[in-house]
Amino acid sequence: MTEMNRKDYPAPEINPETETFWNATAEGKLLLKRCKACDKVYYYPRAICPHCLSDDTEWVAASGRGRIYSYTVLRKAPVPYALAYVTLEEGVTMMTNIVDCAFDDIALDKPVSVVFGDTGEGPALPLFTLA
Amino acid sequence: MSIRGKAYIAGAFEHPTRHAVDKSLVQLHAEVAKGALADAGLTKDDVDAYYCAGDAPGLGGLPMVDYLNLKVRHIDSTEIGGSSYVAHVGHAAAAIAAGKCKVALITLAGRPRAEGMATGTKPRTYGAGAPDVSFEFPFGPATASMYAMCAMRHMHEFGTTSEQLAWIKVAASHHAQHNENAVLRDVVTVEDVVNSPLVTDPLHRLDCCVISDGGGALVVVAPEIARDLKRDCVKVLGHGEAPKHLMAGHPDLTFSGARWSGPDAFAEAGVTPADIDYASIYDSFTITVLMTLEDLGFCAKGEGGKFVADGNLISGVGKLPFNTDGGGLCNNHPANRGGITKVIEAVRQLRGEAHPKVQVPDCQIALAHGTGGSLGARHGSATVILGRDDA
Repeated sequence: MTEMNRKDYPAPEINPETETFWNATAEGKLLLKRCKACDKVYYYPRAICPHCLSDDTEWVAASGRGRIYSYTVLRKAPVPYALAYVTLEEGVTMMTNIVDCAFDDIALDKPVSVVFGDTGEGPALPLFTLA
Repeated sequence: MSIRGKAYIAGAFEHPTRHAVDKSLVQLHAEVAKGALADAGLTKDDVDAYYCAGDAPGLGGLPMVDYLNLKVRHIDSTEIGGSSYVAHVGHAAAAIAAGKCKVALITLAGRPRAEGMATGTKPRTYGAGAPDVSFEFPFGPATASMYAMCAMRHMHEFGTTSEQLAWIKVAASHHAQHNENAVLRDVVTVEDVVNSPLVTDPLHRLDCCVISDGGGALVVVAPEIARDLKRDCVKVLGHGEAPKHLMAGHPDLTFSGARWSGPDAFAEAGVTPADIDYASIYDSFTITVLMTLEDLGFCAKGEGGKFVADGNLISGVGKLPFNTDGGGLCNNHPANRGGITKVIEAVRQLRGEAHPKVQVPDCQIALAHGTGGSLGARHGSATVILGRDDA
């Protein structure tokens, strides 16, 4: 698929709590955090479960599939881009961009799948495109 | 303990400037402080509590109490964006009720216009160390876009239209024409709004508030102080505040924290939405108003579009006169934070000192609501209900 409607991506900051997430994106994998105590998946990743505060949490692979919960195209940006929230099959919603498609084809509830965006020296970013 | 009737707003002042290239930020804070104290008939030395938020430079309120040379025994720099100053009124009332202070000064000031700031369309963070930054900022969450995503979802779930959102701007413009200090004084139509350039779908340029310099200040006092002042003082009846966030990856963009702050404020005041004669509703964007009105209970969830249409928010025309100064959409959004101007116009209405063309007859009970931060991610909501002394 041709890359299009991608902005310049700054590198995310990495810290000991989140480096596993960013090491995985470099390999083309999207990880989520799951709490082994309460069995809930959450986002963004945290060492301590935001549902029950257990520290018995683990990384799990996401399907990489979801649906568009909401989006907008920032027309005033130097290069317009589609900011979005995507709800993954695992039930959590994450901020991202919808890329590699025409803005007019984007709509709420449409299925999307993950692709990864280059940040130069930093780790790759999880982006989504129409499935 | 309730704050109902335990504190009064004795002074309110909105800086007349909208473009302050020739003034410093702290100077604007001092000018609004002076204005509000003069309005109350109090002096600097009467102040025993100071409130500010993140627009004040430096470490919390310390630089401002130094600059103003205040001797206070209570200080609060609660920072929840543009909703801070509405929360400060509640905090000051609680502090007064608890005997911690008697005369609380609240100030806000900023000069984003003089600094050439692209307030809504350039993504920004509020500190690199915040845990969300790596998972959001790279995707470019400009402030306007974060409100736009709420509007998009609201339209999807409830059939809200751009024309309905436009009515909010139309109403604000009808009021702003009478405000000589307003940035935008021309009356606009629904067509003007929906035909203005798209900024971030579905929000058009005229769905967005102005970028302006200036500020405002309030003086909240104990009942025994209010009794001795010549000035008409406004009673604090109730207050509520609530942050809303992404709920560990389960955001619902169709409602705001007003769903939680509103009921607390109404319960404390002992009134209902039907009792509100005038409402100041934070209007960073048109969608902010629509969702807030639903969440405060002025109409059912999803019915906001119908509620705001056909001039229902225009003073003298509709059922709920709102933002009779022109609001952030037309009048003023100093420091990119509209909370204090919301309270100031509510005070004007209750004193009968709004512009005669927009004054609500026999205004007894008013509401002011602030929304600070990002409606589509983390935001603060704060609601206060104010009344005339016999309310």
